[in-house]
Amino acid sequence: MPKNRAAAAQEMLQGTLDMLVLQTLILGPAHGHTIAHVIEHASEDVLQVEQGSLYPALHRLAERGWIRGYWGISENNRKAKYYELTPKGRKQLLAETGRWQQLVKAIGRVLARATE
Amino acid sequence: MGFSGFFHRRRQDAELARELEAHIVHETDENVAAGMSPDEARRQAYLKLGSRSRVREDVWEQNTFSFFDDLWRDFRYTLRVLRRNPGFSLLAILCLTLGIGSTAAVFSWMEGIALRPFPAVAHQDRMVAVSATKPGGDAKGTVGFGYTDASWPDWLDFQRSCTLFDAFIVDRITGSTLNIGDRAQTVTGSVVSSNYFDALGIHPILGRGFQPGEDSGRNAHPVVIISYWLWKDYFRSDPQIVGKTQLLNNVPHTIVGVAPDGFYGTFVGYAMQFWVPVSMQETFVPGGYKLEDRGAEWIEGYALLKPGVTIEQAQHEISAVAKRLENDYLATNRGRGVQLNPLWRTPFNQAGNLFPTLEIALAVGLLVLLIACANVSSLLMVKSLSRRHEMTVRVALGSGRARLVKQLLMEGLVLSTIAAGCGLLVGYFCRNALILIFSDPGTTRSLGGQMDWRVFLWSAAACLLSTVVFALAPAFQTGKFNLASALKSESGSVFGGHGKSRVRSAFVIIQICLSFVLLVGAVLLVQSLHRIRTANPGFDTDNVLVSGVNLRSAGYDAQRAKTFQDALLDRVRALGSVESAAFARARPFSYVGYLSSSISVEGYLPAPNQRPEAEYNPVSPGYFSTMGIPLLSGRDFTVSDNETAPLVAIVNEKMVSQYWHGADPVGKRFQAKDQWIRVIGVAKDALYSSFKEAPKSFYYVPFRQNFSINANLHIRTSRNPASLAPDLTREVRALDASLAPYEVVTMREHILRTALSSQNIAVALVTAFGALALLLAAIGLYGVMAYSVTQSKRELGLRMALGASARNVLRLVFRHGLTLTAIGVVLGAVAAFILTRLVNSLLYNVSARDPLAFFLALAVMTAAALAASFVPAWRATRIDPVGALRD
Repeated sequence: MPKNRAAAAQEMLQGTLDMLVLQTLILGPAHGHTIAHVIEHASEDVLQVEQGSLYPALHRLAERGWIRGYWGISENNRKAKYYELTPKGRKQLLAETGRWQQLVKAIGRVLARATE
Repeated sequence: MGFSGFFHRRRQDAELARELEAHIVHETDENVAAGMSPDEARRQAYLKLGSRSRVREDVWEQNTFSFFDDLWRDFRYTLRVLRRNPGFSLLAILCLTLGIGSTAAVFSWMEGIALRPFPAVAHQDRMVAVSATKPGGDAKGTVGFGYTDASWPDWLDFQRSCTLFDAFIVDRITGSTLNIGDRAQTVTGSVVSSNYFDALGIHPILGRGFQPGEDSGRNAHPVVIISYWLWKDYFRSDPQIVGKTQLLNNVPHTIVGVAPDGFYGTFVGYAMQFWVPVSMQETFVPGGYKLEDRGAEWIEGYALLKPGVTIEQAQHEISAVAKRLENDYLATNRGRGVQLNPLWRTPFNQAGNLFPTLEIALAVGLLVLLIACANVSSLLMVKSLSRRHEMTVRVALGSGRARLVKQLLMEGLVLSTIAAGCGLLVGYFCRNALILIFSDPGTTRSLGGQMDWRVFLWSAAACLLSTVVFALAPAFQTGKFNLASALKSESGSVFGGHGKSRVRSAFVIIQICLSFVLLVGAVLLVQSLHRIRTANPGFDTDNVLVSGVNLRSAGYDAQRAKTFQDALLDRVRALGSVESAAFARARPFSYVGYLSSSISVEGYLPAPNQRPEAEYNPVSPGYFSTMGIPLLSGRDFTVSDNETAPLVAIVNEKMVSQYWHGADPVGKRFQAKDQWIRVIGVAKDALYSSFKEAPKSFYYVPFRQNFSINANLHIRTSRNPASLAPDLTREVRALDASLAPYEVVTMREHILRTALSSQNIAVALVTAFGALALLLAAIGLYGVMAYSVTQSKRELGLRMALGASARNVLRLVFRHGLTLTAIGVVLGAVAAFILTRLVNSLLYNVSARDPLAFFLALAVMTAAALAASFVPAWRATRIDPVGALRD
């Protein structure tokens, strides 16, 4: 399918969200609601997860085999679908994190020069 | 995503819905914990999550497997569109069903009759028909490829000398008579070589097949294998049947086997009921013992080629063998050759007769399919034009043109797939329809069509082809939409002249043109059939009834038979309303034909290569007056022209002109079978075997001077068969209670049964298809006219508002319809002028360019066009000008 510019931009954001989700899950299995909260808290509410795009991301990751979903009982005794990291997902997270840090460093250098 | 995801997405979607629900619940819990009221908590949870269906759509979208998905979406959309226009869908499916169904039916007939006629037989693809050829001789067969039969010694030599053949099998049709109820019935059987069942891979369900030794020895092996039908109906499924004896042609035969159900023998057009080995030839094939006579031609049969051998290679080899035999046995084999034919050209059964007819039927069926396509195409186009807004909006919203074309093709494919399914059903129900056209009930069991994978393949191809034909044209038409102009409110003008209606008009013209061709063909064939039915074959067909008694299978000898025949004639002549009655050996127009003999006429010197021959028929006194054949000179036979009297004959006009140069031959002599025969009279020429035969030399001899135990009874009476039959049965029973006569039929009925089969089929099919085509064309014209009227409501309203009367409007609409018709008819007439030559072989006494046929077709077409235009025209006059202009 041809992708227009908006879709490409969305893809980039999705990539970021994917990384955050994987990072969240490194602490242990969690369900969608928790994941959203953890991301928001960990970023000190800077990153507002749009809940509507969280679930497509979860399914995308599951489809790629990076996370695995199962139904369980949540802390308030309700049914919820939990996700856990797969070994493949762990490797992916490491790679992504490395690439991200390089990117951030690079951007930081560029910006540092700009502010000088 | 993978295939499993694609196929399980409905389940995945449900799970996602539950997951989202769980999310809402957690969010609500949290909000409540934060102090909101439960309702507010839930509302906020929903707000935060956003549209759940959008989330689901997003997931769905990202899981897209785009090619199949688009296809699937198009498919569902198509179903929706079709369901929303049930009238259109049904009409389109109906048209295509008729088109595809008619070709499927014809194809199944070709398959079942000509291409693979013997479904129970293994390797029928390697079977070829073997017949002999003899230049100059009277060739048998009516369909252009004359043939003669082979002799048994030649046949054995073929078998010995040819290396490219697996087997040569003899299959010579014969008959015997069984009394079934109070009616004697001929059962058809075959004289076959002993390898017959083994070579065909047919295993008797009871008993055994024939053994190699049963081919030889004069009348040495009176054994018979009976058909499943005979076993079941006549012998009531007797499990102990093997070993019992049955009298066949007065010879007790031991039943050694029962053939399996579904095996009718290998003679297209006749269902065989029994098989006897070659050694019994003398009992079943007239003319004496022939197994050791290389000159006796009586064998018809097949050969099985070795795998991979082509018919040309085989022909080459067997021709060389025939050449060698000709050199070795010049006296009997001079000029004799062998001809191999594929099964569909088999000269000695109905396959060769029917194939050309079926070819015409297929062509006609294809025409109907084409008309149906044109019809659906114009319907589709009409619909796509009325959907122009929708299409245009979709284009405006970014739908690629390719997608639109794909969508239209999908619609076409769905329509034609449904229609192909229905068409196969139609074909399935029609596969045995040919039997209905044959009126002879006893002989046609094996003329069924066959539905196999080839027919399915054919229908699938027809379906795809028609889709491409009918869907692509509107698709391209649609592809040309101009966004800007189409989005403007359209006010099409159709009657005012040019516009986009040209393509649609073209489709209607094509339909009219093609159906006009079919109409002309149908009228020609109906005319021809009518001429045949009313043709004068040279003898009376209406007031003559024929029947007969099979004395031979009842065991009569010549003396008893003579007594019986004389007594029966006296009794029949004494019946009320019977003018006269006579016996003759053969009926005209019968498969079992006349006797024939080489003749030498006193005072006539044949050309070096000429071997004068003539057919003849032994008849009893009174035959000519009974049949209504005038005697032009001399006298009729009398009872004193008997065994002891000098041999005499009555010759026909053709013989007079051929051998006596037109001079009155009464008193002259000719020699036949080494005996001198004196001519005592001249009979008017008649037709003897078929309506299309050329005049041929023919003579009659007194029945008593050429006696046969079996004879056909000809009765001149004004009574009908139904009223005479019981009387005849009573008289026969009075003479011998164990006997029963054959079915009593009029001579006309007899001729129609035996002589007209292929004409009947052609007429029935072409007429039916012609009517179908006319119907389709009328529907097409109606559709286009109705649409035009709807589309040009504004224009018509404007005209009426400006003072046009209802009559003006009526004329305007009619003129449009008739113009299209006129163009179609002119083109059709040109096409018909070229194409009707193809049915020439089926026409009797009708020119393929008969003006009457063209005129009648024109009249019918015009009537149909007027009828199709009437409703739309009438509706046009009812348009409310004000309303139409305001719309």
